[in-house]
Amino acid sequence: MPMIEIRDVSKWYGSFQVLKDCTTNVEKGEVIVVCGPSGSGKSTLIKTVNALEPFQKGNIVVDGIVVNDPKTDLPKLRARVGMVFQHFELFPHLSVTENLTLAQIKVLNRTPDEARVRGLKYLDRVGLMEQKDKYPGQLSGGQQQRVAIARALSMDPICMLFDEPTSALDPEMINEVLDVMVLLAKEGMTMMVVTHEMGFARKVAHRVIFMDEGQIVEDATKDDFFGKPRSERAQQFLAKILHH
Amino acid sequence: MKYNWNWGILWQTSADGHNSWLMTLVHGLGWTLSAAACAWIIALLLGSAIGVMRTTPSKWARRIGNAWVELFRNIPLLVQLFLWYFVLPEVLPKGMGDSLKQMAPPWGSFVPAVIGLGFFTSARIAEQVRAGIQALPPGQGMAGTALGLTLPQTYRHVLLPMAFRIILPPLTSETMNIIKNTSVALTIGLIELTAAGRSMQEFTFQVFEAFTAATAIYIIVNLVAVTLMRWFEKRVAVPGFIGPAAVGGGAH
Amino acid sequence: MGGFDFDVIERSVGYLFREGMTFTLTLTGMAALGGIVFGTLLAMMRLSSFRVLAIVATGYVNLMRSIPLLLVIFWFYFLVPYIGAWMTGSSQPIQVGAFASSVITFTMFEAAYYSEIMRAGIQSIPRGQVSAGYALGLDYWQTMGRIVLPQAFRNMIPILLTQTIILFQDTSLVYVLSITDFLGAASKIAQRDGRLVEMYLFAALVYFVISFSLSVVVKRLQQKIAIVR
Repeated sequence: MPMIEIRDVSKWYGSFQVLKDCTTNVEKGEVIVVCGPSGSGKSTLIKTVNALEPFQKGNIVVDGIVVNDPKTDLPKLRARVGMVFQHFELFPHLSVTENLTLAQIKVLNRTPDEARVRGLKYLDRVGLMEQKDKYPGQLSGGQQQRVAIARALSMDPICMLFDEPTSALDPEMINEVLDVMVLLAKEGMTMMVVTHEMGFARKVAHRVIFMDEGQIVEDATKDDFFGKPRSERAQQFLAKILHH
Repeated sequence: MKYNWNWGILWQTSADGHNSWLMTLVHGLGWTLSAAACAWIIALLLGSAIGVMRTTPSKWARRIGNAWVELFRNIPLLVQLFLWYFVLPEVLPKGMGDSLKQMAPPWGSFVPAVIGLGFFTSARIAEQVRAGIQALPPGQGMAGTALGLTLPQTYRHVLLPMAFRIILPPLTSETMNIIKNTSVALTIGLIELTAAGRSMQEFTFQVFEAFTAATAIYIIVNLVAVTLMRWFEKRVAVPGFIGPAAVGGGAH
Repeated sequence: MGGFDFDVIERSVGYLFREGMTFTLTLTGMAALGGIVFGTLLAMMRLSSFRVLAIVATGYVNLMRSIPLLLVIFWFYFLVPYIGAWMTGSSQPIQVGAFASSVITFTMFEAAYYSEIMRAGIQSIPRGQVSAGYALGLDYWQTMGRIVLPQAFRNMIPILLTQTIILFQDTSLVYVLSITDFLGAASKIAQRDGRLVEMYLFAALVYFVISFSLSVVVKRLQQKIAIVR
């Protein structure tokens, strides 16, 4: 059974269709990179996985739980699916430690002490232990994104979603975030990553999905994708992205 | 628990012996609107002058302007009306004071109400005008001066025309406020709309009919005023210019 | 006019503050608290995806904002006893005290204005913050209570305080119910001793000093918040 199963998912904003019959699987331990031009629906697709974006047609099953079933306990499901956002979305009114522990205490019912130990363990993993008492506004963008990753990991997720995690960062900060993600991938975390960082894809991805105009145009193994994408649109996209 | 509704009361003859209660309310509305209109003129003139003073290079003009605004917005309207109505005639020279006190009703209430409301609202308008002028790019004033306009000419022809367009939405809500605030003048004896509703309630004991009718009239006035101001905003809109959505603000 | 009589102020100042100002401040405090809580709920209703809730809240806010506070005071003064009777099943209107009636009135009225402030505050928080809360498994109330509202409230503190200064001044209108708030107390002495000039000028001075000092505090706070962001 795949960890994430996306079946014929379609979504409309009014009469405009943003997702067209998207179908794919993510196996346990697999790292999938989703790319495509802006407005291709890739961010929308990844957000349907933890039901941040509702959709009108199709099915998504995460670890055996049907996301679009009205009876599904969404908070419980989301607590098991980690998510990292383009703009970090740390909570600016809470300290780094409080950011790490809030959901552990409120959702997983861990004691504050347990939550603290767990949170700081992951903060240490992303190399930011000395920032534990600071507020998000006092950190650089790259540091904030690493804290956001630690925050997601503190929930012991069964898989991780990354929505353009480096696209809001200054160039010199991109690598510190990618390094953390590479480490995570090598440890066997199931990951679905929307990104244009093809270096990252080459290094750790198992499969690459290329989307355009709401459709999954290409869904291939890494070697096939970088070897010779079948669709012309993917070729054009790769040419644009790799030549600069 | 039952309340005996009697909407027919609106058409029955009122305490004055010839008009219906509905007409009593309409008369009240008449006083509300005339007091609000007169006070609005005072507030706009004074408020614009004070607002402009607060943006001029002159330190003293700015100080006087600021003091004016702080004075009139930090004392409750009701207390201000008491000062105009009870206190002013006493502190003026005896002859003037007495002639104020002897003004025939309703003018004895109307005049202090209009002055009080006008001054109170002028502080709020001054604040809007200042914000409106300061919302303009600083280059505008310099451009005016660079063209050889005098400071008053720069204000008159360059700054104020745009500033007033920017602050039209907050001015709309000040218009509503002044209409609503006119009700405070009932405490110094002006029989405006709320007071008319209150007297209907006292004479007929039909509490909820009286207040519902007054409420309905206020809502209608509101809708009309908003529509008029929207129309006016559209009429004076400058093509291609979209002002900052909100300047200043604050409530009633 | 026989000179300014400071003595009448000196004689009555204890009464004015003990009776009058205590009432005024208690009313202001309770109505501000109740108004902010109820106003926040109204704002959440207006922003919710349940159309009916949004329409009800919008209607309430617009109604309160289109009629004068004095009319609202009269409304509630007569309405509250009936609502009380209806809730307790009594056949007679329930007499509520002047204080309770005022607290209810001002809470209900100011909530409309506070709700507009809180609505702007909630809308100023980026959507991503809500998504991040949900993505961590927090539910609506947890996301609101822990993430959105604390930030919205903090951003809006200066405006909420400014509105509270207006509320403080507005409470003087309970004068029409012959309640002994600060102005009511001053007015009683003024009429008893025939010292209108002194008492009303003194009342104006006291209101001015309190409102002005508070507004200075608000300005300081605004600058402080501006630095933090």
